[in-house]
Amino acid sequence: MPGDLKEGRIVVVGASLTGLRAAEKLREEGFTGSLTIVGDEPHPPYDRPPLSKQVLFGEVPANATALPMRRDPEAEWRLGVRATGLDTVGKRVLLADGEPVPYDRVLIATGTRARPWPNAQEAALDGVLTLRTCDDAALLAERLAAGPRRVLVIGGGFTGSEIASACRERGLDVTVAERGPAPLVGALGGTLAKLAAAMHRNHGVDLRCEVTVTALRGHGHFTGAELSDGSRVDADVCVVAMGAVRNVEWLAESGLAAGPRGIACDAGCRAFNMYGIVTDDVFVAGDVSRFPHPLFDYQLLSLEHWHNAVEQAEVAAHNMIHPEPLRRPHLAVPAFWSSQFGLNIKSVGVPTFSDHVVIAQGSLEARRLAVVYGYRGRVTAAVTVDMAKSLEYYQDLIETAAQFPPVAGASDRPPAAEVPIPSDVPDPSVLYHGPTVALTGHLPDRRLAMMRPAV
Amino acid sequence: MTADTLLERITDYASRPDPWPLYAELREAGPVVPQADGSHLVGTYHEIVALLHNPRISADPRSSSRTTTESAEALTPPFLRQDDPEHHRLRTLAMRPFGPPHTPGRIDAMRGEISRITEDLISSLRDRDQIDIVDDVAYPLPVTVICRLLGVPREDEPMFREWTDVLVASADIGPGQDTAQRDEAMGQARQEMGQYLVNLAEQRRGRPTDDLLSAFVNEPDPALRLGDALAETAILLLIAGHETTVNLITNGVLTLLRQPDQLDHLRRDPDLMPRAVEELLRYEPPVHMRERIPLADVNFAGTILPQGSSVILALASGSRDPKRFHEPDRFDPARPDNEHLGFGSGVHLCYGAPLARIEAQTALGALLPHLATATLTQDPPPYRTNAMLRGPRHLTLRLRT
Amino acid sequence: MQIVVDLARCQGYAQCVFLAPQAFELHGEEALLCHPAVPDEQRERVRQAAAACPVQAILLGEAVSRGAR
Repeated sequence: MPGDLKEGRIVVVGASLTGLRAAEKLREEGFTGSLTIVGDEPHPPYDRPPLSKQVLFGEVPANATALPMRRDPEAEWRLGVRATGLDTVGKRVLLADGEPVPYDRVLIATGTRARPWPNAQEAALDGVLTLRTCDDAALLAERLAAGPRRVLVIGGGFTGSEIASACRERGLDVTVAERGPAPLVGALGGTLAKLAAAMHRNHGVDLRCEVTVTALRGHGHFTGAELSDGSRVDADVCVVAMGAVRNVEWLAESGLAAGPRGIACDAGCRAFNMYGIVTDDVFVAGDVSRFPHPLFDYQLLSLEHWHNAVEQAEVAAHNMIHPEPLRRPHLAVPAFWSSQFGLNIKSVGVPTFSDHVVIAQGSLEARRLAVVYGYRGRVTAAVTVDMAKSLEYYQDLIETAAQFPPVAGASDRPPAAEVPIPSDVPDPSVLYHGPTVALTGHLPDRRLAMMRPAV
Repeated sequence: MTADTLLERITDYASRPDPWPLYAELREAGPVVPQADGSHLVGTYHEIVALLHNPRISADPRSSSRTTTESAEALTPPFLRQDDPEHHRLRTLAMRPFGPPHTPGRIDAMRGEISRITEDLISSLRDRDQIDIVDDVAYPLPVTVICRLLGVPREDEPMFREWTDVLVASADIGPGQDTAQRDEAMGQARQEMGQYLVNLAEQRRGRPTDDLLSAFVNEPDPALRLGDALAETAILLLIAGHETTVNLITNGVLTLLRQPDQLDHLRRDPDLMPRAVEELLRYEPPVHMRERIPLADVNFAGTILPQGSSVILALASGSRDPKRFHEPDRFDPARPDNEHLGFGSGVHLCYGAPLARIEAQTALGALLPHLATATLTQDPPPYRTNAMLRGPRHLTLRLRT
Repeated sequence: MQIVVDLARCQGYAQCVFLAPQAFELHGEEALLCHPAVPDEQRERVRQAAAACPVQAILLGEAVSRGAR
């Protein structure tokens, strides 16, 4: 009876962008039952992208980025409360404080957290920070405002690069240590990574590539770090920007296909259990999910993208309150953006799902270009730098699996466009910061399928 | 009648008051409709947007394989009709004194002045029984504003109006016409108007007044000067600065008088005005068509668009496409998700759009109290000849108090 | 009132910056930044900016209130 799905009890675990948009969509599509939203941070849902930009420039306070509601989801908000487990048999979400919350259907949207510095003692030094939450951003902005002699950023991914850019904007000396050959290489491949390295250096960043940080030093306060090339960086602030860890530990005994790469689900956002059997009352969306995408050989994708959080939240919400024939697949083409050193970088598709690239429009010299990525002769991704209006043309090429390299004829197509070059996407294991789009194989981890169910 | 005469029928002057049924026929026959003269007509929303974002589709008339007269060929077009990278270079330079990122507050800072000019125009109508929206408000407002912004004496209007009329007529779209004679008149008007504007700019060299011409000639960095493109850029800004806004304001008054319920709605809820102007840009846009030229044979929506051929994008039809807009023929100021094509899309999106928006919001807002008791003396009103820039020549209202 | 911009949709037309230059800015030639919390005196301009976005990427609304239940 379809009517029943619009009633009952829905619990959303995770009170960030995904949780809020899913809750709104549930109401928009006619869910009239009880809605509970659980979030471990005390803050109402807020927007994270400004935390590494406006907030670090000192233009916007860290607590001012609350997300606007599209409509009031009329939910019970349990903020500042951590979910500690999911009882899929008894259909209850277990909380760190208080009674378990019973559900008829649950949406898991617990996202990710910053990967901490692995040495706990060093990580505890005053001045060693990460950036994920608004509290993190408030602390980092305060430290930057205090005028440190130098900031060390570990990891040259998007977050690390944006932090370095903000430091330079504020006139602060900054060192970036990146394990790979250049910043952003793990997400964008070799061609744009060269541009990224040039932007860092032109803006006065002390960029150290193909080095690792071997130790953080200090007595109580962080004072500097040692690098694998034998050099030492003296700094007052260290930001560990080594990517994200998925918040799945609370699901360890849930019997779901949850692992370090996220929770595997189908294209309709229904979670797989550890045997790879799809559930029908546990849904997943946002950064914590892994889902198959037909444009990328049905490989499971893990995306840490704002756009994906919104799109997938809406699909999950729709499917939670509709019966099988009316359910929708989550087919949105992945998309993300970053702004750093005054450049606007936008991407569609999966740049790491590529073997070759061409510069289809513009040039590296002009710092205004469109790079198109191909895999086995078809277009799989495109990245623009200060050329955002061009992107939707390439999105269409991706969606229609158009031939790669794309056909000639653009007025601003450089001669280089005729010669595809290797995309040079390195093995993620050589990087501090993996791609924010990860192809994670066809099936949930075998190891997980062999786990014992909780009794 | 067959679909290959649609361009002829749309551009026929008799269609000016009501081209909408022809656009519906165009969408039905589409998405790409070959015309008898070898051009292609496109009137569906998604296809228009795709072509406006396609890097292989040129805005530059020099990409055309059509033979042109020497006088037309010798002139470099303004950035509106050039392609990247040169288009981007020139537009960015022209943007420096006008908007973000270099001068983000300039247009916002003109709001007070635009309101004062509007109030002056409207207060002078107070004792009149009959007014012409075009001559009394919709034309003089944007002309006065663009003159101040650019640095052109308002009293020179009769002179530049003549050049403008020639240039606007020459830019119109029509099926396979002989353009030789038109091109010659156009060449002369461009020459004279360009010289006039360059002279004005030269008078400001070293003696800057607070206007765009001064900013263009006093730019200290030689790499950031318009150089040879100054004349064409200034012509474009002066003409585009008023020829389109006049239609937007006039179409707005016409639409509201035809829909008293919406007029009433707006009077009760003036906060709706920004969205009402967006809806006007969708429902009765000032610019109906743009021409584009494929740089190569482009296989699009199952049709080959030949290199150098003419592709006419019926923007006004796209904004009424039922595949994109719910109840497209309804004027609904509260319409959500209104991604209309009133200002185009892609790299050529109207340079002056923010100014046109503020002028239209201000003019319609100030006229609202007077429209409640006004009636049209003639509906449909007489239209201007131009099919591409479509709007009434006059819009006469009887005011009752 | 709070602002959020869907920057995956944003194509850098900057119409919002023209109309509400205190709430929106360009960082470099194309990257858009906004001040998410809108002071009362900016509301009118920010509404105009949202209406004018050619790709309708700007969402305005109230935040979930602290202590919401």
